[in-house]
Amino acid sequence: MADTTIPQEGAQARPPSATTSKRLTALAPMLVRAGSLVVLLGAWEIYGRSVNPVLFTYPTAVFQSFVELTMNGELWRYLQQSLVVLVCGFGGAVVVGIPLAVATARYKWLDYATDTYVNALYSMPMVAVVPLLVLWFGFDVSAKAVVVFLFCLFPILINTYQGVKNVDPRLLEVARSFRSSEAQLWRDLIVPSALPFIVAGLRLAIGRGLVGLVIAEFYTSIAGLGYMIVKYANSFQTDKLFVPIVVLMVLGVVLMEALKQVQSRMAPWLRQTDEE
Amino acid sequence: MPEAWKIEIDNATKTFLDGSVEAFRSLSLGVRANEVLCIVGPSGCGKTTLLRCVDGLIPLTGGRVLIDGQTVREPSDQVAVVFQHFGLFPWKTVYDNVAYGLRLRGAARSEMARVDEYIRLVGLEGAQRRYPYQLSGGMQQRAGLARALAVHPSILLMDEPFASVDAQTREILQEELLRIWERERQTMVFITHSIDEAILLGDRVTIMSTRPGRVKETLDVPFPRPREPAAVRAQPEFAVLRNHIWEQLKQQAA
Repeated sequence: MADTTIPQEGAQARPPSATTSKRLTALAPMLVRAGSLVVLLGAWEIYGRSVNPVLFTYPTAVFQSFVELTMNGELWRYLQQSLVVLVCGFGGAVVVGIPLAVATARYKWLDYATDTYVNALYSMPMVAVVPLLVLWFGFDVSAKAVVVFLFCLFPILINTYQGVKNVDPRLLEVARSFRSSEAQLWRDLIVPSALPFIVAGLRLAIGRGLVGLVIAEFYTSIAGLGYMIVKYANSFQTDKLFVPIVVLMVLGVVLMEALKQVQSRMAPWLRQTDEE
Repeated sequence: MPEAWKIEIDNATKTFLDGSVEAFRSLSLGVRANEVLCIVGPSGCGKTTLLRCVDGLIPLTGGRVLIDGQTVREPSDQVAVVFQHFGLFPWKTVYDNVAYGLRLRGAARSEMARVDEYIRLVGLEGAQRRYPYQLSGGMQQRAGLARALAVHPSILLMDEPFASVDAQTREILQEELLRIWERERQTMVFITHSIDEAILLGDRVTIMSTRPGRVKETLDVPFPRPREPAAVRAQPEFAVLRNHIWEQLKQQAA
């Protein structure tokens, strides 16, 4: 690189290599990640082609199946079914979970009445309950939505409860010194304080909800992405099998990332510790 | 004293955990209207608890606190507190924090103009839209002070308000508080660890002893108002007072 620089008036002349290397350092993590992805896909492609297609596949074959399933509308149909169940189950958990958590945090007697069950059910692997729920609710959408609902409910319940309980007592004191009414207390202090906890609960719930969705679809085996997985696994169409798996992965990443963004925007003062 | 006290602490006792911890016992103290009473004492002498009892945030175990002759049972709208930890709501802007007390009372639009007025008074002009985490400690406490002033209290209770800021900011805030107090001359009870601060700000200084907390002595501070910190510190009486108070406190700190 020719070392000819034209100094600007009054400004320090910087050789071109300095700014370029600065940009490279900033991009370096992304480049490494992209690089490792290329290496991984490449290795998968090479190895995949040499293995029996009944057991294994490779990226280009998966991509071809993806295109095929999108074109014939099959992917969208199953995805839609899954999304409906997810939205109903998660939505239900939010609508029931948040008010219930607020009520148990507020009224001690309700807290005592319910805490044993809440803790037990949160700790229990919900998977165990799926056959029972199908027995009660059948094989269609409502059964699966109930499964997702139960998977989502407890993280929301517990995190919201914690959020309400963990209001800074010093701020409570401030509010009392200014003679805040209870309603004002909720509006000015408790709800804003609890919001980050609630969002954390929603993030956990989405993660669990996706698991519940797939399990319910495996078990009922009629519709949705989970059914797609079972169908193609059973018929040894491994290349098509990977398509719903990748879609679920993308769905999980997108939802988690979206909530993470919400969470970070919501409480900028909480990020202070490492930014000061 | 023949005159009526603005605040009267009458034989007050506060214990915790069924009497095993005594914050203070049989404590009596009076505060005159429009005076600044500074309370100094070693850690654990109960002065912070006392302040909260005066505000009505914590109930007394024995005795009573009277404001204008009325027994205090809960926080009154005549009293505003400034806290050591600032106590600003992190999700509210400076403006909303300062307006907090007024909004709770359903203040009319004309009264809300006070918010900007007090923000200006404490020197936070331009910071209205900022959030507490974007402010320094000194600025946050100015906001806390503005919030207390905005509700036009007749009594200000200050709980070591400058203890959480650095020494230089502390001196600046002391000077500002003196200036601000001159405007309305509220009755003020100011709790501090700093003897210098107590003498500088107070009309009288009460020395508290510890375990259990009681009033050891109350002194008059002879400096006229308005006070200028450098001038006050240069007075020989300042050093005399300071030494005396320090001697009294030292006996207990051992």
